[in-house]
Amino acid sequence: MSFGNEAGPAGAVGIWDRITIGQKRVIWAWAFLAVPIVFYVGIRFYPTFQAFWLSFTNWDLLRPARFIGLANYQRMWGDPQFWQVFRNTFAYLIIGTPISLVVSFVIAYYLDRVRFMHGFIRALYFLPFLTTAAAMAWVWRWFYQPVPIGIINSFLANFGLPSQPFLRSTEQALPAIMVTAIWAGLGFQIIIFMAGLRAIPQTFYEAARIDGLGEWAILRKITLPLLKPTTVFLVVFSSIGFLRIFDQVYNMTTNDPGGPLNSTKPLVLLIYQTAFSSYDMGYAAAQTVVLFTILLVVSLLQLWVLRNR
Amino acid sequence: MAALMTRPGSPELAANRRNIRPGRVMVWTLLFIGGVIMVTPLLYMFSTSLKSAGQVYDLRLIPAAPTLDNYIKVLSDGRFLRWFFNSTLIALCVTLSNVFFDSLVGYTLAKFDFRGRYLVFIAILSTLMIPTEMLVIPWYLMSAQFGWIDTYWGIMFPGMMTAFGTFLMKQFFESVPNDFLEAARVDGLNEFTIWWRIAMPMVVPAISALAIFTFLGNWTAFFWPLIVTNSRELYTLPVGLSSFAVEQSIQWEMIMTGAALATIPTLLVFLVLQRFIVRGVMLAGLKG
Repeated sequence: MSFGNEAGPAGAVGIWDRITIGQKRVIWAWAFLAVPIVFYVGIRFYPTFQAFWLSFTNWDLLRPARFIGLANYQRMWGDPQFWQVFRNTFAYLIIGTPISLVVSFVIAYYLDRVRFMHGFIRALYFLPFLTTAAAMAWVWRWFYQPVPIGIINSFLANFGLPSQPFLRSTEQALPAIMVTAIWAGLGFQIIIFMAGLRAIPQTFYEAARIDGLGEWAILRKITLPLLKPTTVFLVVFSSIGFLRIFDQVYNMTTNDPGGPLNSTKPLVLLIYQTAFSSYDMGYAAAQTVVLFTILLVVSLLQLWVLRNR
Repeated sequence: MAALMTRPGSPELAANRRNIRPGRVMVWTLLFIGGVIMVTPLLYMFSTSLKSAGQVYDLRLIPAAPTLDNYIKVLSDGRFLRWFFNSTLIALCVTLSNVFFDSLVGYTLAKFDFRGRYLVFIAILSTLMIPTEMLVIPWYLMSAQFGWIDTYWGIMFPGMMTAFGTFLMKQFFESVPNDFLEAARVDGLNEFTIWWRIAMPMVVPAISALAIFTFLGNWTAFFWPLIVTNSRELYTLPVGLSSFAVEQSIQWEMIMTGAALATIPTLLVFLVLQRFIVRGVMLAGLKG
């Protein structure tokens, strides 16, 4: 054991010389993990427990936090704004996820077979993924403006169609924002679908063709079943994305975040306002616990679906 | 065109090329049109940033009299350059920290055998379940207590390590053969040097994927920087853009110029590293 005496993590050379190589490696391992463990405990685990604790208090930055039991949760249950926001959040999820997945799958399916200028076309679809939501939200707001400025309404006017209020209407604002969110995430989903399609061995397709299966049958019986892990991953990834939507909504409705009349406000924006506009930290913490629970259920569903494979 | 599109070396396509050709041309055309629609917002953003205030209502894509005046005006403001600098500095520091610590932890969990390894791994992995939104209130409290509000460190500290990066690096280090590490050990190198000099160079593709993602994620990050910054000087580019635009209310050409300036760096990086980035997304998506 004499060749191990170049700089060790501990100073005591005598002890360091006497322990086995295996023990030295264990010491090294914990030395490597020391700073990260402090980080994960201090910046991840402790704040998590603190968030749960705060959700049972009335902390508002001014007075010290006082335990008030389930009062925050009871208040949420009876808060019409919370339920409106809850409905909005699920509207983003239930409309956004299937549309973005179907569109990205169709594009990936065909793009995968295209050879001519493949990289260029792929780049066109992928570029929006690299943009900053805060920047692109302004471009989309400009698109949605009324006639003299807004491109979409000018386009409609050219065809003699009535102009639409988009972001100014309580009915159209949410779908208008959702289009932006789908647009921004589509490139990522296409790339992941293409990676999944590539991972299916060519021999499966060749065998199917020999058996005389048509394109549609191959898609239904081979491609889609073998793509299931990719699809499940994207469903969960996209669902979590829509459940946590914030950047697009906040930046497209800056004058009245979540408006008009709360019609676009998602849960995260409500949390932001409860915590950092009203400084109602305890109530906001309770709202984050609800968000956590929803996300946990979605993740557990993924595990369950993949287990039943 | 159609001849180039058929996959080389696939006899079944050559056999019914006559049937497939028109369909393939149509598919290509539709995909191309879809792609153009995808980049239309970007095209209009750049186009408008090159128009003078008087031309904004002219909705043609190619500006009649392109001018760089807006860029000069936005950049000479100073604030914008400051936000640009802040974003770059923060994204860079967080990326370096992630490359160092995520790799170190990933390597330790992949290549060392010790009691509690599995527990540490599960503990780190479990933090993936905790949404940032739940942590921001405690983080804000912590920042207020330690005086981190309105500081670079305050913006950076939550992202210095990530479970995702650790998991990604662990997966890659597992495929590094132990023989190399043993040989280095016999040569008398210490464990830190073995990791840094021997193991790290063997996972460069994973490191670059991690670096690109971390940088991009922090460059576009909005939620936490919005919460933890109060003064204009400390805004990151996205937070600045958000406020910049409110203030200049409806000067669309200026807003588009700001948006374009925030977008140009990522587009340039993408154009240079396209293959790398796409492969990185695939790797990360499949491993994660």
